[in-house]
Amino acid sequence: MTERSVTFTLNGERREANADPRMHLGDFLRHSLGLTGTHIGCEHGACGACTVIVDGAPVRSCLMLAVQIDGCTVETVESLGKPGELSPLQQAFATNHGLQCGFCTPGMLMTLEAFLRVTPAPSEQDVRIAISGNICRCTGYQGIVQAALDTASARANQS
Amino acid sequence: MSGRFFGTAITRVEDARLLAGKGHYVDDIELPGMLHAAFVRASFAHGRIRTIDVSDALAMPGMAAIYTMADFADIAQGPMPPMAPHPLLKTPITYHPLADTEVRHVGEAIAIVLADTRAHAEDAAAAVTLDVEHLPAVSDAVLAREASSPKAHSEHPSNIVATMAAGFGDCAAVFAKAHHVLTEHFDIHRGGCHAMECRGVVANIDLLSDALTISTSSQSPYMVRRHLATYLKRDENDIRVMTPDVGGGFGPKANVYAEEFAVALAAIKSRRPVKWIEDRQEHFVATTQQRGQVWTLDVAFDNDGRMRAIRGHCIHDNGAYAPYGLILPATALASFPGPYALEALDLSVDVVLTNLVPTSPVRGACRPNVAFLLERLADRVARHLGMDRQEVRRRSFVRAEQMPYATGMKARDGSPISYDSGDYVAALNLVLDKIDAAGFEARRAEAKKRGKLRGLGIASCVEDTGLGPFEGASVRVTPAGKVIIATGASSQGQGHRTAFAQIAADALGVELEDVTVEAADTAKFPLGISTIGSRIAVTAGSSVQLAAHKVRAKAIAFASHQLEVGEHDLELEGGAVRVKGIREMKVKLSEIARVLAGNTGMTLPNDMEPDLAATAYFNSNALTFAYGANACEVEVDPDTGDIRVDRYVVVHDCGNLINPLIVDGQIRGGIVHGIGNALFERMIYDEEGQPLTTTYGDYFLPLASEMPRIEVHHMETPSPRNPIGVKGAGEGGTIPAAACVISAVEDALGPKGPFIPLHPISSQHVVQWLAAIDP
Repeated sequence: MTERSVTFTLNGERREANADPRMHLGDFLRHSLGLTGTHIGCEHGACGACTVIVDGAPVRSCLMLAVQIDGCTVETVESLGKPGELSPLQQAFATNHGLQCGFCTPGMLMTLEAFLRVTPAPSEQDVRIAISGNICRCTGYQGIVQAALDTASARANQS
Repeated sequence: MSGRFFGTAITRVEDARLLAGKGHYVDDIELPGMLHAAFVRASFAHGRIRTIDVSDALAMPGMAAIYTMADFADIAQGPMPPMAPHPLLKTPITYHPLADTEVRHVGEAIAIVLADTRAHAEDAAAAVTLDVEHLPAVSDAVLAREASSPKAHSEHPSNIVATMAAGFGDCAAVFAKAHHVLTEHFDIHRGGCHAMECRGVVANIDLLSDALTISTSSQSPYMVRRHLATYLKRDENDIRVMTPDVGGGFGPKANVYAEEFAVALAAIKSRRPVKWIEDRQEHFVATTQQRGQVWTLDVAFDNDGRMRAIRGHCIHDNGAYAPYGLILPATALASFPGPYALEALDLSVDVVLTNLVPTSPVRGACRPNVAFLLERLADRVARHLGMDRQEVRRRSFVRAEQMPYATGMKARDGSPISYDSGDYVAALNLVLDKIDAAGFEARRAEAKKRGKLRGLGIASCVEDTGLGPFEGASVRVTPAGKVIIATGASSQGQGHRTAFAQIAADALGVELEDVTVEAADTAKFPLGISTIGSRIAVTAGSSVQLAAHKVRAKAIAFASHQLEVGEHDLELEGGAVRVKGIREMKVKLSEIARVLAGNTGMTLPNDMEPDLAATAYFNSNALTFAYGANACEVEVDPDTGDIRVDRYVVVHDCGNLINPLIVDGQIRGGIVHGIGNALFERMIYDEEGQPLTTTYGDYFLPLASEMPRIEVHHMETPSPRNPIGVKGAGEGGTIPAAACVISAVEDALGPKGPFIPLHPISSQHVVQWLAAIDP
């Protein structure tokens, strides 16, 4: 198949790359661009592990074609903090034991990152519904929910 | 036991990397010249392959090779070696790496297709055509047990591959004397595993030496090495197996899989690196599933509520193969009598083959089944006698003063099973107190005003943990003063690195960041068993402790010689051996390590052995028994049948806690798994063995929106059976959870409602049950 050129902003950097028209965004990020922080869990849009932020909205990268991001702004887990300087949300995940195997974690983080930008003061049930499209088999969700609530209240206290 | 780090809820050393997207899982491995594999899998449950036509597929873009079992004949032949041989299994029932001629379940791998990309490999796999003689299939273990049933394997005269028995005491006599006998039938439905990372393998062959390197998303890398070496007739030393980050295991990844062999064979044959990543559709049809069983049990009990004996029979659905031998049905038998002090037990299990995906242990193996059976029976006895459910348990449990308590059962090696320590009644009392069981009726009445039916559920369990024979660890101090732990224990997210670092840092007086853990790489540690059965804290944790204390002793001996101070006057702190009370009189660990690493021509002080390092294996010769009591409250909507778990409280005792944060996480995750078993997860097949639930739109996993907050309380009864006093914690959440939730739903439906002998239950069940109550 003939590859198509796409131009987009990825984690703050303008990028241009070629993509096979049938390749989904998740594979494109992982295998064409080498950003392996985004994980592929089900490839049918149900588990949320592959969630990235496109133009501000959380998107399952397994349900979006790479060619569809032409002109878009894409954020992946690599745009958050680095190991030595975690973002407050990432740090809250560690503090609340919101991860175990770490496989669903990037998708959880990106879903919550997008959610907290538009919902600065969520209730517990709001958070639970926000991540109800992200499956975690390890944690039982409680640490993840608490991490989001703690991050929201810390942000509220700062502003 | 506590130390600077041991016993404290420190955040995990694993987390920063995983949170920053820097985890390194199998699918993140890229090798030059690597081929990508896709499998041609059976779309039918039972059939004989007449021909495989790969000609169209081979002509497709990006194709490198397609192999069937026949193509591997010059390398290896025959079925895979059995992982866990059992005397009752006369012939091993294992897969071939690729189907030989007969295919026995939908999803069985028939051919491996190698191409430059996964997409091309999948395209070509779809173009492989099969000529198949279809054979009758059986998808229900109860039917499969009948003599008239189609045979899951055409060459086997019966689908019953083994009948296992266990028991103790004179059951007939106790039943004859008991005041009451009840019989119940139970149906525990098959479910899946669903680690969020599917399986995956990368195999690479060294073109000069032919040595094989395999990275696999496995709980048992050393078993992969051992069995692959046996199969290939190679020495283990020619095969290196390692596990990178593994995205959850939960049991099924402990199997040695046909795909691991097929990918290795494909790498040997193609002389190229080969990667295969299981997709979720494959996971539904090719990764082992869990615990489908049907039971009939009689319980004998007295007027005072004391349960005295249980007898009965189980039909165990083992699926199409027995890759893990009889481990799963054996675990079902071994999990009796749970926390109950029975006088007699008489059980048998028919292990039955069906044309479905094989079953093997999933979180708790069959322990959750047995907890469900025993707890349901306790509730049933209470109902029959009009007694409080708690009281039946208090009168029937093993009491603290009976510890250590010989249950009457025998372990796999024939030795008597004896519970090491614990207080089951205290755990039950505590959980009832924490959930405020005394105030429950007021909450039930309040819910009724809102039109909801509220129920309180209780369930207890005992869990054998720390299964032998051993794990091991080496602890080494480098000349830079860093501590390197190597162990064969693989990790799938449990936080082993943190726990091991806590143990070693305490022993050696260093900081956590000075400790590195290298796990599950056969090139870095010689032996390992498997991360299963809540055994790693006991086995590998104890090994780290033993090895670190050997290193500590060596460092003290060195410093004693150098400082001319008695050993008992020395302590390890701040990366140095110091004289107690005179901190500045010290020898740094880095200095000791540097001297013991040797300098040309310089003899070592006091003729010490080189290297500030030690290896230890902890032989776990006796199981250690964790236990717990759970209570939960559910609300049922009588109009829709919707069930909501509103509160969940756990009391758990796994001995000393190395890291309470990690243990709480294990418990909570396990409970959610059990709630999934109780209410959501149902793997459905039709009569022909076709799976009907192969997406997350059809197979429901527990989601955050449906899960309660889970309150965890610990009792800490140190185990006397290992040097750090721990018991396993990985499965204790799951084991009683389904029983607890079902108990609560039954309580919500009230005394006119049914006894609930099955799970998962759905809102349809609830609506039907309520309709049957209404006049």
